[in-house]
Amino acid sequence: MNDVEEAVVRAHREEWARVVATLTRRFGDIDVAEDAAAEAFATAVERWPSDGVPPAPGAWLTTTATRKAIDRIRRESKRDDKQKEALTVYDDDPPEPLGAIDDDRLRLIFTCCHPALATEARLALTLRMVGGLTVPEIARAFLVAETTMGQRITRAKAKIKAARIPYRVPSAEDLPTRVSGVLAVLFLVFNEGYLATGPDTDPVRQDLTAEAIRLTRLIRTLLPDDGEVTGLLALMLLTEARRPARVSATGELVALDEQNRGAWDAELIAEGHRLVRERLAAGVAPGRYQILAAINAVHTSARDMRDTDWSQVLALYNQLIRLDPSPVVALNRAIAVAELDGPEVALAAIDRLEPELAGYHPFHATRADLLRRLGRGADSRAAYDRAIELADNTAETAALTRRRDQLG
Amino acid sequence: MQYLVSVIDDKENPGSTDRQPAISEFNDRLIAEGYWVFAGGLADTGAATVVDNRGERAVVTDGPFLESKEYLAGVWVWEAPDLDVALKLATEASKVCDRKIEVRPFQ
Repeated sequence: MNDVEEAVVRAHREEWARVVATLTRRFGDIDVAEDAAAEAFATAVERWPSDGVPPAPGAWLTTTATRKAIDRIRRESKRDDKQKEALTVYDDDPPEPLGAIDDDRLRLIFTCCHPALATEARLALTLRMVGGLTVPEIARAFLVAETTMGQRITRAKAKIKAARIPYRVPSAEDLPTRVSGVLAVLFLVFNEGYLATGPDTDPVRQDLTAEAIRLTRLIRTLLPDDGEVTGLLALMLLTEARRPARVSATGELVALDEQNRGAWDAELIAEGHRLVRERLAAGVAPGRYQILAAINAVHTSARDMRDTDWSQVLALYNQLIRLDPSPVVALNRAIAVAELDGPEVALAAIDRLEPELAGYHPFHATRADLLRRLGRGADSRAAYDRAIELADNTAETAALTRRRDQLG
Repeated sequence: MQYLVSVIDDKENPGSTDRQPAISEFNDRLIAEGYWVFAGGLADTGAATVVDNRGERAVVTDGPFLESKEYLAGVWVWEAPDLDVALKLATEASKVCDRKIEVRPFQ
């Protein structure tokens, strides 16, 4: 890639959301903004090789996109009012007074993650409008046909317009609940990248984990005092740090106890630990993401599995289960119980979860492991069989199959 | 922007029947704050009649167009600047009516 191409790619990554967001504010129309931003990038691809990369690519793109939008509005005669509106606001209009935070991109994120939109639409719109991913890229990420994903995005944008979902950061009283919806979307993107589903996908999708981290960093620069935003970023960094050790050369998922800890990304771990300490120092009761980040901080502090401070992990799970008394949390807590009180106690604890988790493959995988440690080979094999049947990540299926076949 | 705000009741699990005073009070507030356009409660779905004159002859049928356990019990039309304002009011309305509320914009 030459310098100019690289500059275009970088500008796309760094400036797409800002250009779309600024134009959405000016023209009050997410479609006009997106089309104009796409045209501006196309113009950059055409012009920058001969004219050179402008000193401020973001400003160049915003100005170009604004002109494109005005041209388009002029062409569409039925939009007389819009045209007048657009022309009157063209010159350096000061941003209108905002709620808690003054950033167009943040408004765009909250619009894309509005609770009146279905979860899958929120995911798709966020990746498209804020992340700048193309429709085919998003379709591939979520294993749906391109036309389906295109329709999903079109429908969501139509609902924003028809129902008049505001382009606005929610008021201070609504902010906490609305931020949690945004974080849930980003965590879904990350998890899909970290344990990708489907028989023909890479088991780990670094493009998605990277995008989720980038967007969460963006939210953190915009909402630096929100503990859960920081917690989620720390959680993602500490999880991402282990990625290089997570899939073996033969394409198997490597469990935490067998990972080569030397392969972990020390820089990401250091940053994650710093963020966890920052939240501890804040002295505010932590939410779900902060506790999960703290659990991951304990794991990434240990030299090996035995060295892990399991009582600290269990204490954190006890704290988490009070906030989120779900069977999945109870299952993960039982893994710490197994290390402290033995597999028999843990097995008794997870067997109680069977009615709720019968269709959840990690339940059967955990059970298989505990049964193996208790020397109950036949039961363990049956549990592995069930886990393999339910798992849909290729590397995980491979690892479960090997463990089952080692039972002898 | 105007929104049609539908009050949805459930035949198997109906909302409580003592809501009228609270609804009247809520309506007074909607009027005072400028959101009110129109409102009305509906008679039972048993009182509905469907007319279909798309064919050669008009056909008149007893009953609602759709038989389901959930049904429309009443409507409001609100004037609100955006969906967030409408949803905030709908959240209160659901509590006041003790029923589900659907919010749908007019075209």
